[in-house]
Amino acid sequence: MLTTLVLIPFVGALVTAVMPARPKLWAFGFAIATLIAGIVTMFTAPDTDRAWMEPLGVHWALEMDGFGKLMVLLTVVLVPLVMLAAVKDHDKRWYAWALALEAFALLTFLAADLFVFYIAFEATLIPAYFMIGQHGGPGRAKAALKFLMFQLGGGLVLLGALIGFYVVSVEAGPPSYLISDLAQLDIGTTAERWIFVAMFIAFAVKAPLFPVHTWLADTTEHATPPTSVLLVCILDKIGTFAMIRLCLGLVPEASAWATPVVVVLALISIVYGAVLAIGQDDLLRLIGLTSLSHFGLITLGIFAATREGLVGSILYMVNHGVATAAMFLIAGFLITRKGTASISSMRGMEKATPVLAGTFLIAGLATAGLPGLSQFVSEILVLISAFDYNWLVGVIAVTAIVLAAIYVLWAYQRIFTGPAQLSRQPVRDLDRREIGVLTPLLVALLFFGFVPGPLISAASPVVDPIVNVIQAGE
Amino acid sequence: MFESPGISYATLWPVLLVLGVACAGVVVEAFAPRAARFNAQVFLALAGLAAALAGTVIVGAGPSLGVSTGEGALIVDGPGVFSQGLVLLVSLGGVALFAERRLDNGVSAFAGQAAALPGTPAERTASQRGLEHTEVYPLMMFAVGGMMLFCVSGDLLMLFVALEVLSLPLYLLTGLARRRRLLSQEAALKYFLLGAFSSGIFLYGLALVYGFAGSMSLAEIGEVAAEEGSSPLLLLGIGLMAVGLLFKTGAVPFHSWTPDVYQGAPTPVTAWMSAATKIAAFAAMLRLFYVAFGAEGDIWRPAIGVVAVLTMLLGASFAVVQTDVKRMLGYSAVAHTGFLLTGLLGVQTDAFGSTQAVLFYLTAYGFATLGSFAIVSLVRGPNGEAGALDRWAGLGRTNPWVAATFAVFLLSMAGLPLTAGFIGKWGVFAAALGAGQWPVVVVAIGSSIIAIFFYVRMIMLMFFTDPSEDAAAVVTPSYATTIVIALSAVATVLLGVIPGPVLSLLVDAGGFIG
Repeated sequence: MLTTLVLIPFVGALVTAVMPARPKLWAFGFAIATLIAGIVTMFTAPDTDRAWMEPLGVHWALEMDGFGKLMVLLTVVLVPLVMLAAVKDHDKRWYAWALALEAFALLTFLAADLFVFYIAFEATLIPAYFMIGQHGGPGRAKAALKFLMFQLGGGLVLLGALIGFYVVSVEAGPPSYLISDLAQLDIGTTAERWIFVAMFIAFAVKAPLFPVHTWLADTTEHATPPTSVLLVCILDKIGTFAMIRLCLGLVPEASAWATPVVVVLALISIVYGAVLAIGQDDLLRLIGLTSLSHFGLITLGIFAATREGLVGSILYMVNHGVATAAMFLIAGFLITRKGTASISSMRGMEKATPVLAGTFLIAGLATAGLPGLSQFVSEILVLISAFDYNWLVGVIAVTAIVLAAIYVLWAYQRIFTGPAQLSRQPVRDLDRREIGVLTPLLVALLFFGFVPGPLISAASPVVDPIVNVIQAGE
Repeated sequence: MFESPGISYATLWPVLLVLGVACAGVVVEAFAPRAARFNAQVFLALAGLAAALAGTVIVGAGPSLGVSTGEGALIVDGPGVFSQGLVLLVSLGGVALFAERRLDNGVSAFAGQAAALPGTPAERTASQRGLEHTEVYPLMMFAVGGMMLFCVSGDLLMLFVALEVLSLPLYLLTGLARRRRLLSQEAALKYFLLGAFSSGIFLYGLALVYGFAGSMSLAEIGEVAAEEGSSPLLLLGIGLMAVGLLFKTGAVPFHSWTPDVYQGAPTPVTAWMSAATKIAAFAAMLRLFYVAFGAEGDIWRPAIGVVAVLTMLLGASFAVVQTDVKRMLGYSAVAHTGFLLTGLLGVQTDAFGSTQAVLFYLTAYGFATLGSFAIVSLVRGPNGEAGALDRWAGLGRTNPWVAATFAVFLLSMAGLPLTAGFIGKWGVFAAALGAGQWPVVVVAIGSSIIAIFFYVRMIMLMFFTDPSEDAAAVVTPSYATTIVIALSAVATVLLGVIPGPVLSLLVDAGGFIG
């Protein structure tokens, strides 16, 4: 059943690629089918476990716990929305690649076998590479290459960790890549630390964190906004997802050992990303860099390794996904109207496009962590854990909120306020399709701002065993 | 009293068949009329190879596997037969590419008359009359026979004879290109001179090892070495023999012929040779190092490790700066030799060990390289193949299927998951890491990152760049070439998605026997 969930978008990608008539409609149909399958499997699906590559101890094993459910839900909801947003300026190749990306992303969230996870982790890059390279601005080919080099570099470092687990596993008996088996392994301290370092580098590139974040802004600048949504809101989540699942889950002692360094990197990402975002003139670069700041906070919450921190980070991943998706899409709508992403060449847009301005403000304030919007809850939880970890860390992390208010409101001020620009053609406000795309996202932002309960209760059971292991270690 | 050695024909008939077909090819060349030669030769070669492939399957599945025959000169064991089968499989594809005559106005990729000097009236007459050398098929069959022997050689002398039998036809085939003949002849001469030197060095090392052990048999050498421990004589012998084999595989610092020969040789020859030679050479190398020199592992492992590190780094770095697609693939072949040598550093185990890892890597690499060179032969301009990289720009728009297939091969060579290359890479790295060779694995990972750059750049060039003015076009090939490319692509993906059967086959084949 879980296999079906992965197969639907994968088959959809193939069908879309070869379908001569109405390929986008087919693609959208498959995305909706995936959405339905995703919701159905959340309630009914049993785990899957069958042998795949026996000599290597690889199993085709899939399972969906609470954390997985949240990530799957985020993925299956975002993809059809993004497809709807992309319909005008993307061709069928993009739709086929988007479905392929969805299939592999779902596989990473469902994998109960490290080898399967790795395959999916790497396989997501090919669709992403083509999506960046085939649509977007003139610098897209270089941006795609840079993206892929960073990601594959990280992936190969992860391969080192993957092989390291195998070597340890073989020494202990017949090899097995099941994550549950790997968690039982007795890895020596030195080996465990090396494995952690390799995994962390890979996931830090993915997430991204300072200093391996430099691909992020270039990619979001040159890719189209729908591509960026899939990259930043789904693909990058695999990095933080894996930090919890694999770093804390498999090598908790090494994770605790490395926490001081990770916390420093996270803090740098938080402040540096936000400061860079303030200074950007390109709206898409700006949004990309805000994500650097947010991923810093998510990582901080993860490695602070308290119950609040982990629950907060998991919530943060969902909320950031929704809020940033809205930001990217609204920015995309704005850019198609103005023909440029440069903030300095826009002003006074709120008079011509009041609805667009309103949605931008809501999504922006959600990003900035305004109470009543969903990201606030997760941010508070992460900040509590940061203060628990060390008051100084907490103080530095809190600046994120101030800086976020600056980059959101200042961008709003420059783009939307002031005297309207004279233009020959009147600028249209959002049409029905665009409002239809944004409504679910904005409703989710408001709903989970007031009712975060369901998210917290989904995340808590995942967090408890991890926290118990870590506290037992201390 | 001289006793004739017993020969196990039941296990050796595939090799003998191939050599027999080679001789029959020579007879055809002498007696058949010119018009009939091409068809006869192609039929003979394909039928012979197919029958021999069936033979290796029968031998591999049969009860007589694992015999030592001819007084221990030949050892037909699991890994040996597997690599024989692999050589035959690649060679079947090779024959199909050799026989391709639709790409260049109805003539093959081989010179019309090799003896005619380039640029002379004789050459012009030869090409006007549409002459071609059908001797290439018997030459190839001799080389295949040599490779098959190389895979199962159980003593030093047989190792040397097989090495020569496989090498000499290769030198000739390299020099037979129809276009850019001077480049081709230069490559052949370079290959021959360096190859002859390396054979001499190999022979010298062989003599020293014999002097140490008093036996030609690899198994007996292994026993003596285990008993007596290392002596300078043995170590020098190991070193010199390694030079000979490292030359054949194109390892740094014995790699300098590789890009020149890959570029100069007719592309069908490059496609087949780069895959088949590497398979045979690594099969022999594994056997030699594990069976004969297994006891000296502590001494040769660091040395091979250094060679592997240099090979990976230099191969990958030089490939980045190439502007010709064949040279780029040539340097990439050097880098792959480095990855294979990394696998050699591991140990033999009953489960998935070094032997299995290297053989799987060879399988993956063989298909990818055969397919990618076959595609190179399709992408042409008015003056033959379009070697220059910038002429490949925009191929993904004009010929999406060809470009996509080429991308599959490149991604496999880059080692991306869901392609065979990934499992191969995983295997050799795991073998080396399992033997505690982590510094080499770290370098291997670093080199892989460099290597990915030029593979991905090629994909970027094909798909995301606008075509240049003298952009190359894809010529529609005959069915044979299409089938070779399609099957290679299918194998590359299948071995990446469901490698289980082949992995199990390799594990069941076991290790090399002494």
